[in-house]
Amino acid sequence: MRIQYIIRRILISVPILLAVYTIVFFLVRSMPGGPAVAVLGDYASKEAVEALEAQMGLDLPLWVQYVRFLWGLLRWDLGRSLINGFPVAPQIAEVLPYTLELTISAIIFGVIFGIPLGIFTALRRNSLLDYLARTFSLGGISMPEFFIGILLIMIFSIKLDLFPVMGGGNLYDLHDNLSHLFLPALTLGLMMTGYVTRTTRSSVLNVLRDDYVRTARAKGLRERVVIYGHALGNALIPVVSFIGVYAILLIAGSVLVEVVFSRPGLGKMMIGAIKQRDYMTLQSVMVVYGSMVVVINLLTDLSYGLIDPRIRCK
Amino acid sequence: MSEKGRLWRTFKKNKTALIGSIVAILIIIAACLAPVISPYDPFEQDVANRLGPPSRLHFLGSDDFGRDVLSRVIWSIRISLTVGLFSVIIGLFIGTMMGVVAGYKGGIVEIVIMRTVDVLLCFPTLITGIMVAAILGTGQVNLIITIGIIFTPRFARLAYGPTLGIKEVEYLNAARVIGASHLRMIGRHLLPNIFGDLLVAATLWMGAAILMEASLSFLGLGVSPPNPTWGNMIKSGMDNLSNAPWLSLYPGLATLITVLSFNMIGDGLRDVIDPKLRI
Repeated sequence: MRIQYIIRRILISVPILLAVYTIVFFLVRSMPGGPAVAVLGDYASKEAVEALEAQMGLDLPLWVQYVRFLWGLLRWDLGRSLINGFPVAPQIAEVLPYTLELTISAIIFGVIFGIPLGIFTALRRNSLLDYLARTFSLGGISMPEFFIGILLIMIFSIKLDLFPVMGGGNLYDLHDNLSHLFLPALTLGLMMTGYVTRTTRSSVLNVLRDDYVRTARAKGLRERVVIYGHALGNALIPVVSFIGVYAILLIAGSVLVEVVFSRPGLGKMMIGAIKQRDYMTLQSVMVVYGSMVVVINLLTDLSYGLIDPRIRCK
Repeated sequence: MSEKGRLWRTFKKNKTALIGSIVAILIIIAACLAPVISPYDPFEQDVANRLGPPSRLHFLGSDDFGRDVLSRVIWSIRISLTVGLFSVIIGLFIGTMMGVVAGYKGGIVEIVIMRTVDVLLCFPTLITGIMVAAILGTGQVNLIITIGIIFTPRFARLAYGPTLGIKEVEYLNAARVIGASHLRMIGRHLLPNIFGDLLVAATLWMGAAILMEASLSFLGLGVSPPNPTWGNMIKSGMDNLSNAPWLSLYPGLATLITVLSFNMIGDGLRDVIDPKLRI
């Protein structure tokens, strides 16, 4: 892959990030009440609110606040929580690994099970197993994540007592961490498997209709060589780009899963910030979510270029 | 056979879509007949039967206030379908207008609208939904507006592409030459051409809208208790998962069946419209 392509793609992400941060800034500013009222309560005097707003820099013109916000981001200074007064950045750094391990393990789960299932069902189209797998995958994307989570808690935690119901475990204790991670990751992983299976199946079916596959068969190649040597590589190219799209869906799903399992993470932090009207924390979590999405899109595009020779040569 | 007849036959032959349609129709009938078919008032409290398991008296059990779970599940269909339908209509209407105007006008209007749409699509839908719901507040009307806003950029993107393709065709040039106004060009010539695809997307997103409603209500940002919705019923049932699992189980199953039926119809419609995508 040409180095110019990578640099160009990274440079394109900068204005997108800036736009994302701008939207976050203005969305949070349009929340009802305002940060000073959130801290002092709805019945605080006007003078007290104004004094606190001046202390927080909220009396400054909006563009000054905006520039300060961007300047803070550049220095990884996300401000202080309105509730506990501590800097937000270390609090995010503390919970981010929990969200990342959950999302990444769900993606791995989805890829490991979804791709073979998708290939298998495409090759045995309209068989009983195909129908079962299709029903499973459609069910996987139709079921709310929080309901899958609750079902898994009922079976594995309450009935069988195999896994803990709540919490994220200790990140530095592998056994404790994995036992807390298993059910949340399975919850999101099942959803991911549904998406990946559907995409892979449809992509393999499309490729099997292509002329070059017909040519490969016509010249007498064995079916195994046609499928694994010719068709599969091309069929998996769109799957990779869709995995990026699904990873973004998983980030959203992780909010619900973190709430169901009372698991520390960005999602739980965000919902807590909304309920407590902690606008500083909310703004910072949204910034991190937005950045994660932009980075995922960037990585997807780069990996697309890496595996597709047509893009690599451009 | 006419084109419509051929499409209808293809749709009917698709078993998944047919089953989905039947289930969806049954659900819609249940929503319409909620006052007649639900055995109890969804708010009526039977204190003697608090957290009662499924029985002949309460077919799906009763909750921590002694309210009948079956009646509440049935009444929730009304809220879910209303929110799903109206939010998709809002998204369809505003999004289509944005996409069509951007594609038709071009220039700075196109750049401003479509780049805004691109940035809004950067955020995962649920996270945008949570933010917008936090700004607008809870309640059924606000929930409809929230989900409508989330779907707007999606419809805008969907309407934009075909508009670009259609705006240079002969009959539009002819209409322009005979002095048709912009409004007439869009309303009379452009919109009818792209509306079919948009309606298919609307059906597909109906399931997503219902899922979003359940998710936001589950997070406490949608319709608040005591009004019954599947999301808030599942959430309040979580406190009693070990001793009264039916409180979360049945609303969850109802959500699954409803969303599944709309997704099955959406899959079928997609197959009918584009046989190449048949999966």
